[in-house]
Amino acid sequence: MSIDVHLTIDGQPVTVPAGTTLLQAAAEAGQAIPTICYHEHCTANALCRLCVVEVEGARVLAPACVAQVSDGMQVRTRGERVDRSRRTILEMLASAVDLSEAPEIQRQLEAYEAQPGRFPEAERREPALIDDNPMFVRDYGQCVLCWRCVQVCADDAQYTFAINFEGRGYATQIGTFFDRPLPETTCVFCGQCVGVCPTGALKPKREWLLEQGQTPDEIMALTRSERRRKQRK
Amino acid sequence: MSSLDLAALDPILAEHGPRGRTALLPALHAAQRLYGHLPEPVAAAIGKALGVPLAEVSGVIDFYAMFYREPVGRRIVRVCTDPACALAGADAVLAAACARAGAPAGQTAPGGDWTVEAAPCLGLCEHAPAALVDDQAMGRLSPADVDALLAAAGPALPAMVGGDLRVLTANCGRGRPATLAEYEANGGYAGLRRALAAGPEAVISEVKAAGLVGRGGAAFPTGIKLEGARKAAGQPKYVVCNADESEPGTFKDRVLLEDDPHSMLEGLIIAAYAIGARQAYVYIRGEYPRAFGIVQAAVAEACAAGYLGANLLGSGFDLEVELRLGAGAYICGEETALFESIEGKRGFPRVKPPFPTAHGLFGQPTAINNVETLCNLPLIVTRGATAYRQMGTERSPGPKLFCVSGDVARPGLYEAAFGLTLRHLLYDLAGGLRPGRRLQAVLFGGAAGAFATERDIEVKLTLEDLREAGLPLGSGVVMALDDRRDLRDVLRRLGHFFAHESCGKCYPCQIGTQRQAEILERVAAGRAQRGDAERLRDVGWTMTDASLCGLGQTAASAVLSAMKLWPGLFAEQPAGPGA
Amino acid sequence: MIQPDRITATTCPYCGVGCTLELHIKDDFIYRVTSPFDSVVNHGNLCVKGRFGYDFLYSPARVTTPLIRKTPQRPGARTQAFDRDEWRQVSWDEALNHVADRLVELYRRDGPGALAVYACAKATNEENYLLQKLFRALFRTNNVDHCTRLCHAGSVAALLKALGTTAMSNTAAEVAKSDCFIVTGSNTTENHPIIALQMKAAVHKRGARLIVIDPRRLELCRSAALWLPLKPGTNVPVFSAMAHVIVKEKLYNRAFIEARTEGFDELAASLEAFTPEYAEAISGVDRELIAQAARMYAQAERGAIYWGMGISQLAHGTASALGLINLALLTGHIGREGTGLNPLRGQNNVQGASDAGAMPYHYPGYMLVDDPANAEKWERAWNIEPGGLSRERGLTTTEILSHAHPGGVRALYIMGENPMMTEPNLNVTREHMQALEFLVAQDVFINESGAFADVILPAAAWAEKDGTFTNTDRRVQRVRQALPPPGQARPDWQIVSALAARIEQRLGRPNSAYWGYEGPEAIWREMASVTPANHGVTYARLENGGLQTPVPDESHPGTPFLFAETFPAGRGKFFALDYVPSVELPDEAYPFILTTGRLLEHWHGGTLSRHSELDALYPEALLELHEIDAERCGLRSGDAARVSSRRGSVVLRVNVRNMTRPGVVFIPMHFAEAAANLLTIDALDPTAKIPEFKACAVSVTRAAEAELADPQAVTRRGRY
Repeated sequence: MSIDVHLTIDGQPVTVPAGTTLLQAAAEAGQAIPTICYHEHCTANALCRLCVVEVEGARVLAPACVAQVSDGMQVRTRGERVDRSRRTILEMLASAVDLSEAPEIQRQLEAYEAQPGRFPEAERREPALIDDNPMFVRDYGQCVLCWRCVQVCADDAQYTFAINFEGRGYATQIGTFFDRPLPETTCVFCGQCVGVCPTGALKPKREWLLEQGQTPDEIMALTRSERRRKQRK
Repeated sequence: MSSLDLAALDPILAEHGPRGRTALLPALHAAQRLYGHLPEPVAAAIGKALGVPLAEVSGVIDFYAMFYREPVGRRIVRVCTDPACALAGADAVLAAACARAGAPAGQTAPGGDWTVEAAPCLGLCEHAPAALVDDQAMGRLSPADVDALLAAAGPALPAMVGGDLRVLTANCGRGRPATLAEYEANGGYAGLRRALAAGPEAVISEVKAAGLVGRGGAAFPTGIKLEGARKAAGQPKYVVCNADESEPGTFKDRVLLEDDPHSMLEGLIIAAYAIGARQAYVYIRGEYPRAFGIVQAAVAEACAAGYLGANLLGSGFDLEVELRLGAGAYICGEETALFESIEGKRGFPRVKPPFPTAHGLFGQPTAINNVETLCNLPLIVTRGATAYRQMGTERSPGPKLFCVSGDVARPGLYEAAFGLTLRHLLYDLAGGLRPGRRLQAVLFGGAAGAFATERDIEVKLTLEDLREAGLPLGSGVVMALDDRRDLRDVLRRLGHFFAHESCGKCYPCQIGTQRQAEILERVAAGRAQRGDAERLRDVGWTMTDASLCGLGQTAASAVLSAMKLWPGLFAEQPAGPGA
Repeated sequence: MIQPDRITATTCPYCGVGCTLELHIKDDFIYRVTSPFDSVVNHGNLCVKGRFGYDFLYSPARVTTPLIRKTPQRPGARTQAFDRDEWRQVSWDEALNHVADRLVELYRRDGPGALAVYACAKATNEENYLLQKLFRALFRTNNVDHCTRLCHAGSVAALLKALGTTAMSNTAAEVAKSDCFIVTGSNTTENHPIIALQMKAAVHKRGARLIVIDPRRLELCRSAALWLPLKPGTNVPVFSAMAHVIVKEKLYNRAFIEARTEGFDELAASLEAFTPEYAEAISGVDRELIAQAARMYAQAERGAIYWGMGISQLAHGTASALGLINLALLTGHIGREGTGLNPLRGQNNVQGASDAGAMPYHYPGYMLVDDPANAEKWERAWNIEPGGLSRERGLTTTEILSHAHPGGVRALYIMGENPMMTEPNLNVTREHMQALEFLVAQDVFINESGAFADVILPAAAWAEKDGTFTNTDRRVQRVRQALPPPGQARPDWQIVSALAARIEQRLGRPNSAYWGYEGPEAIWREMASVTPANHGVTYARLENGGLQTPVPDESHPGTPFLFAETFPAGRGKFFALDYVPSVELPDEAYPFILTTGRLLEHWHGGTLSRHSELDALYPEALLELHEIDAERCGLRSGDAARVSSRRGSVVLRVNVRNMTRPGVVFIPMHFAEAAANLLTIDALDPTAKIPEFKACAVSVTRAAEAELADPQAVTRRGRY
């Protein structure tokens, strides 16, 4: 039923069904296009722009995760413009947030020879870690604003709408209604947000405690049922 | 806070609740008028009444600069610090106002009467330096006037209107809005009658024949847009007037709305008729409260006169118009961000395609046009495409409004047919530079524009000539900078403007505007580091090439043009004072 | 950043959805749980229990050595011992020998009827199969049951009567294909969270219309086209009135009725009385709403019905489920994708434990025990002398305890269940527990029931063993060992095998039924070889997402939906129903109807979830009260209240939520310190023997703060 579309990707002819994204088409052609915000499970918002590619005749670069193929399209997945954009995006991201727990992004930094220290005196986003519930911690100093958590909390999965955006522009952060602790919001602690977080920004509390050097026994001694048991004794 | 009277909110909830999420901004505006700011219980009550998840309510409040979560002063004083006002001494006015209010910009002294803010361009550039005190526009300010400023006591600010032509601005410059009777006396609503008689297809083909392109900055052919929305499958359809004029240096739409609101309305009705929309929206930026009130009154007049509503002018065509007030977000001038805002969301631009003609407001086919563009429609329909094309050039037909500001003798709104030279505009119409001053640069197209110099003075102001010269016409901004001006400071302000106004959605713009602003701050402070020029260029081109919407794609435009013209400005500077 | 030593894929131990989990492990500590986004059942989504609720594994309260009570217990004077000091740590040999000796002793003294066993819907298929095999093959008793009796016995009985089936007809995820679906008696959002996500997506993304029929304003009501807020216990009149409208307005599927059903005329005649007006008078649901719901469902292209315990946990639970079956048969909304009769099973493996024969009337594969042909088949399979297996139906869960008296049940073996929380009318249950002569608990904790035991056998938890679970839509999935069991704890199958060998030896059974399994896979092979629905299921075939039974042979791909052509019973049978009011109706002394249920953050008797950080999210029982009732009682949110029935009383905090309709109050079942089942009534459905958990009469009065079990516990939660 589907109509075939013929295009070239890096000079190589590719035939895919209409409606295919450039990301998928490139994958068919064996070209892996880097992404950050894109997640198969979530609505693609084309916001990290790492997946931009050059489409012949287009004024600006096209985000491969949402741009669809069309007949006769000539796509270049690498090139001076593409590489400069990707490199600069990665450098800027590294200048803004802590990427130490985002191995996938770090690999991209290396692949594009990006210098994490490219921007001196850059104001970093370093909000304090939020430890307001028993299940997971939120360290928005590692948040790359990929939006996945907000989307899975909303109509990409959970329909819970506990988190949204605070601020705007560079000062955007994920937050709750008037910064309420998560247990006081509609949050049901499904952790879909933790599941889709590409960095260490959302992390199970037990994982975080383990990183802090606590032993499993010490971690379990912190749990409520343990505290209560001791209290009873 | 304990004395918060939530019962007072009930009428607002009753009015807006049943309309659901789309009424979120109106409800927040109404509640803020009541309480001065939007405390948590109020936000929660609104969210519940409108069925908006609470986290999204606070997300929306945070997005718009004119909504406040925390208490603010009884009066809010917004002093414009963008280039046109800065050239006229805005910083000193701001400092004086802050001193008098007893708190730094953006803060409120405990129990303070005033909250003074440094505001992005207020669209009062011809009255620079300007401020907005609550709903009152103030201009030609000086630090000495600060008491009058804080008291919001100042003279009315009649628009300065001139030019070779007075077609679009025929009714402007009176210092008050043209009444319906005056508008009609000058041939107003004749275009609508003709349109209704001719039929939608005829209107569209006339607009196409006239060669009208959008006047908001993107210069997209209006006829094609109307045709696209008309042919798109799906009902209902919408027309939207984009009156979120926010490009620094731009004030033409404000003048049109304040002085001649029926012109825009007539254009809007014609556009709605052409595409078959029964609902129209006019989205006016939050900084234009006066224009909002005037258009509101004009809509009432038009309804009463039968130009709006059911079966308007006996045509069998129905149209409702709803006004929306923005709340301080430049990005909402981007068409899809504007839709989101009407839908009650944060003003995040959407990925395009799909384009608004197929998938616009509420996901329905939508034609969205700038105020000036709409004002051209009655003209085209009344005079016919051929007569219309006698104005301007073959490829840039029609009249055009230019917002001239900065270092000229007579800043103001000038109307001319396309094709005049920059020299004519600056020297003949705007009176040239002040005595003894030389032209250093002209900022073309606004913050998202580019610089011209004396060398470009003979350039013809047409779309085609400007494109060749690498100068964007944009929204018609022509801001003159004379030889005493520090271009680095101008750039610093542009950088700050974009960093403040980036919505934060796509990485290139979200981080790029911040990094650009930081580097420009260094450059302006004489502390440029080795490699800053290279950084600026990479950031600039990355934003230009890879940003999601027009804001990011043009956020480095002026900077990149300045780097080309004056590379020395960005060279490494030995750090330290006196160096 | 922690690098895992290993990541083990397994199946979630909590509810019947059966989500795939990946356990990320460092130094034998699970520090993160994820789910692959291509997982068949849950597409990477999990709920709070699946993602975070595994930490009971590491609780210091785990039982890690076999324990024998220091003070010998006397029947009638049995006490609870939670404190470790009251127990003696013993070797496995000593514990197993003791258990075998005592069980054999009582068997020899009082015969097969003196022994009974609670199998476990949390344990694997293999372990349930093995446990029922032990009691059937060695002790020749059918006194084998598990908590299915307490959850969906009414549904299973109805499905067997009308269609000859025992499970969900369709796959839960098929809700995406429905254009209209009914959710009734199920707070799906909290009890089957992942299915609720699929339901909400069906509504919000695909435009399906949802009809909620429930006494509570559930979270799903926000997505519903219609909400029918009926009084607890009035299902039959509401469903029958819907059927009435469907028949009167000729909205039924004549072709389907003619080709696939029987008894339509009798049903139609019986429906005459069930006018919407009549149903409104009984149920409190507006007649117009009933009619709209009937039309919406009947006129759908693909209509489906999902239900939970609000249907089955009633003294007329079977009739309630038959009411739903009548609707599906009238409209032909069964046998196609996106349709069906779908009882959402509660426990992770309640479907599997039932399939594996942990029931008093059935061998594995639902073969009736009183059919000699079946008994003979299993005698052959288990190498038992002809006539050796009991041909008598055994006692059900609730009956086992009510028969705990001299001459009745003397010894009870509990694998993983907690009747002291989950039985109705707990004050009576307590007497029954006390009356037992010998009690063995095989569990991961000493719960309220195990505390009565003579012997505790420490079991490995789900992450510490291999096996299979069968989820609510009949999908058999692998459970894989990720961790070593703590201390001396052993997987249930090993304990049961070792015990069986000892009992077999003591009884001197001439032919061995075989207990020397090398592992769960060998047990599965034995069970699958005798149960036709599992013939085609092998461990190797389960590697990628499991298989939906029936799987008649190894080339069969599994069965997402049933009854495309016929029902196991041939034609589907309509049943004319009578309205039988709840056993206990509100009166002046007890003016409210109490309904009970579950919470998202907790699990059933609380054995697992109250040993987890889940308990920190929801640490106390709350009484859900409508504001009208709250005002009537002079109570506000946070106040302490005493709720009393004719059987007992509890003190807990009030939560004014307007989730129930006025006159109805709700208490969750998980909290021992305010156990809802102290109040519930032990009336049983005559067919299914399921207790009436969902409706009894209570009073609500103010209580003193000091009367609260744990005044410090405070639930400060947003929740919808």
